[in-house]
Amino acid sequence: MKNKIIMKKAILFVSVILLSAVSFAQSERYLSAMKNNLAAIDTSFRNPASLVSLSNNFERIANAEKSQWLPYYYAAYCQVNAGYVDADKSRSDAYADKASALIAKADSLAPKNSEISCIKSMIASCHMMVNPMQRYMEYGQEVSSFMDEAMELDPANPRPYLLKGQGLKYTPEQFGGGCSTAKPVLQTSLDKYGAFTPLSELHPNWGKGRVEQLLQECK
Amino acid sequence: MRKFWFIFMILGCFSAQAQIRVSGKINDGKNNPVAGASITIKNSYDGATSDSTGTFSFQTTEKGDQILEISIIGYQSHIQKLSISGQPIILNIILKELVTELKAVVISAGSFEASDKNKGAVLNAIDIVTTPSANGDVTSAFKTLPGTQQVGESEGLFVRGGSATESKIYMDGNLVNNFFYSSTPGIATRGRFNPFLFKGTVFSTGGYSALYGQALSSALILESKDLPERTEADLAISVIGLGGGIQHLARDKRSSWGISYNYTNLWLAFKFNKYKQDFFTIPVYHQGDANFRIKTRNGGFVKYYGYISSNVTGFRNQDIDSLSMKDAFSINNLNTYQTISWKDRIGKGWRINTGISFSTNKDDIINELQDAGNQKQVITSPSFYAFKNFRLNNRAVYAQARLVLEKKLKGLTAIRFGSDYFYSEERSTYTLYDGTRFPETVKDHLFSLFTETDLYLTNDLAAKIGGRLEHSDLMNKWNLAPRLSVAYKFRDNSQASFAYGLFYQNPERKYLPAVAQLNYSRAAHYILQYQKITGQRSFRVEAFLKKYRDLYKTSVSVTGREVAANNNGYGDARGVELFWRDKKTFKDVDYWVSYSYLDTKRDFLNFPTAITPSFAANHTASLVVKKFVLPWKTGFNLSYNFASGRPYYRIAYDNTTARNIITDAGKTINYNSMSFSVNYLPGLGKKNAKAFTVWVLGINNVLGQNQVFNYNYNNDGSRKEAVTPPSKRFIFLGCFISFGIDRTQEAINNNL
Repeated sequence: MKNKIIMKKAILFVSVILLSAVSFAQSERYLSAMKNNLAAIDTSFRNPASLVSLSNNFERIANAEKSQWLPYYYAAYCQVNAGYVDADKSRSDAYADKASALIAKADSLAPKNSEISCIKSMIASCHMMVNPMQRYMEYGQEVSSFMDEAMELDPANPRPYLLKGQGLKYTPEQFGGGCSTAKPVLQTSLDKYGAFTPLSELHPNWGKGRVEQLLQECK
Repeated sequence: MRKFWFIFMILGCFSAQAQIRVSGKINDGKNNPVAGASITIKNSYDGATSDSTGTFSFQTTEKGDQILEISIIGYQSHIQKLSISGQPIILNIILKELVTELKAVVISAGSFEASDKNKGAVLNAIDIVTTPSANGDVTSAFKTLPGTQQVGESEGLFVRGGSATESKIYMDGNLVNNFFYSSTPGIATRGRFNPFLFKGTVFSTGGYSALYGQALSSALILESKDLPERTEADLAISVIGLGGGIQHLARDKRSSWGISYNYTNLWLAFKFNKYKQDFFTIPVYHQGDANFRIKTRNGGFVKYYGYISSNVTGFRNQDIDSLSMKDAFSINNLNTYQTISWKDRIGKGWRINTGISFSTNKDDIINELQDAGNQKQVITSPSFYAFKNFRLNNRAVYAQARLVLEKKLKGLTAIRFGSDYFYSEERSTYTLYDGTRFPETVKDHLFSLFTETDLYLTNDLAAKIGGRLEHSDLMNKWNLAPRLSVAYKFRDNSQASFAYGLFYQNPERKYLPAVAQLNYSRAAHYILQYQKITGQRSFRVEAFLKKYRDLYKTSVSVTGREVAANNNGYGDARGVELFWRDKKTFKDVDYWVSYSYLDTKRDFLNFPTAITPSFAANHTASLVVKKFVLPWKTGFNLSYNFASGRPYYRIAYDNTTARNIITDAGKTINYNSMSFSVNYLPGLGKKNAKAFTVWVLGINNVLGQNQVFNYNYNNDGSRKEAVTPPSKRFIFLGCFISFGIDRTQEAINNNL
């Protein structure tokens, strides 16, 4: 009888150790894989092929993990940036469509997330840039409504302000854009970056350098 | 203790795993490498992305039976079992390309598309309103495209040797009768509908889809807008009238409604422009419309559009037979049009598109012979003078119901089929100078069944195959019209298409009732096209052959009216057309050029034999140039239309041979017309302005070039008179204000 209890305890003990060891190894693996790929984003930023490759890496992690929104988020982020930097605009729609599918999965895991709304706004503008002349009606509205949504969901998030300021800076002055209108928005973004601390080392923390660069250009 | 060893052994496995290399190459089956494909061992982190040579390589720690997945947008995902043991794995993988809208060839033979969305569109929605020669008229912008004639004496689209009645206009799938304001002699009328109602237009100059029928030459397919972007109010003030409207978008952005009213009065325009005719009733138009649109749960739409308008006009021309007398023509028109349609997804890849429409039209026409003092004169000798006094009262009712079902199959392949039913009842009363009345009613039930398949064999090869079965009570016969288009895309993304089709049409109302039982007129189209569209430039060349048979011949009834008598007419038309649009070569300048060559002869109506009809010029060309100067907030638009001289004839009945003969013929001078318009947007950039204003100045025939459309003959043919435009130039000045919205972004994007 006693033996049986000891056996049971031992089995329980072993199982607990085993399970925690496995999960420890898992999260360690997740963390290091994510960090490696995040570190690679900066170095591959000008190269659409590298961004696609990174996006694929994140998607692989996301599909294996199943319950993490961040790898889907980064997969979409890399994909939409590939769309921005690829000089061949005939491919933009494909990048944006792929990014849409990825961010939809992130959205279902983490609904009402300001960071996810930022990516949606970027995807709409990626579609629009193919031919702004013809596509403004369809996508212009989306670009700004997702930007507003991101600001509303998390007023402390500096990234929607970065996107807005960036959009304004590249709008001609005659149309109410240019540095003069962009600067206060970019400054707000920079202030928010000052007060912003990401939830973890894996959470979105990009864009500060970009704001500084845009502000520099507007001096 | 042993148990603990066991645990350590398990833990040890995590750190000391052997890595196996998996590498390979991916191609598309045509020896082209596929770059950017993601190679993944399912449910693991391990994988790679193929490079520009299609090569990939990665290390994996997974063991045993695994699943390898390779995916990339535009290709079918490749899934295979992978058994990982100690050996490196080398793979050669072929991915099958998916047929996608982005890559697939566009079936474009015979059609021009104006749309902001669709690939292969040659015009944008905004082009229709910024083409200066069009004056904001929906169909007129298409007169700068190849295939159409510069006919100025009457309304409608004269396409590839066909008369205007051979072109039909559809709104959301429903045929629109009386699309233009009722005809007036020698003056072309405008289309009734505001171009801003539509988001997309397909102008087919031949070989069009089996979903449409009853047009021997051309179909203009208009698609109404979905929801407005936001709530707004508009006001328009111009030299020709006043107008205003509201579009209201519900807060949840799922429904909208709108109303508008326009009042047009040409009084002011007559002060500025000199008119050839003496207008005793200045043209006045009242026009109101209403709409609602509801977005359904599945992204479909229920749309209603209702329209009512009334107009009057009356003018005198000098009578051609008697230099001292005048012909006074006046018309009073009331028109209504209502349509409701539902378009939706209904599950399992099925779509439904259904609608009903109802319209009425009333014309009261009075023609009088008047003396120098504008008093009515009844002269019965010679007898042809008597017919110059008449009244014509037309009452028409039209109803239509239509259902189209579509099933999406693999890729872009789809099959659709449906039916439409069209009822028309047209009553007219013709009253002679002496009060004799000739009432007539023409009723028809037109029933059709149609089916069509879009067949995408690969991204490079597609076909549209269809057929249409039609029965008209009036003809008391069935007709079957096969339609076929094939398109092939070349390596450099240019494409070639071919289209063939048979088209049937009932006789024009004004030649009915006929004196004998008639058959449908028929046209066969053969079209060959080559097209290359790169981002900023479009080029296309098209050659066509059109064979007509069973065209109507007319005879003169006792009341002096021309009525359809038999189907003995025939004809053909052939030609080559070029189109070139370029937004790239000159900075901030967008221009297009079109040229058409047409060779046509036909025997129809009262023609004695097959001749080139007076609405057909051999050479037609257009140039449209647009430039927006940002610092001035002003857009400049110019268009130049040219057509070589058109033939004209005097056809008269010869008593000795008892048949029609040509007693005189000639050719008009070449047609040249340059139009110019300026759009000034002073509100550009004023971010929080409450109103956005657009000023428009337009001048038609800036250079005042002489234009002769045709010649009219007097009764014995001793005198002929040129048919010319009612005024040499037309100057338009207007101001359009939108409240409650900022159009800045839109203006930027439309003009950059």
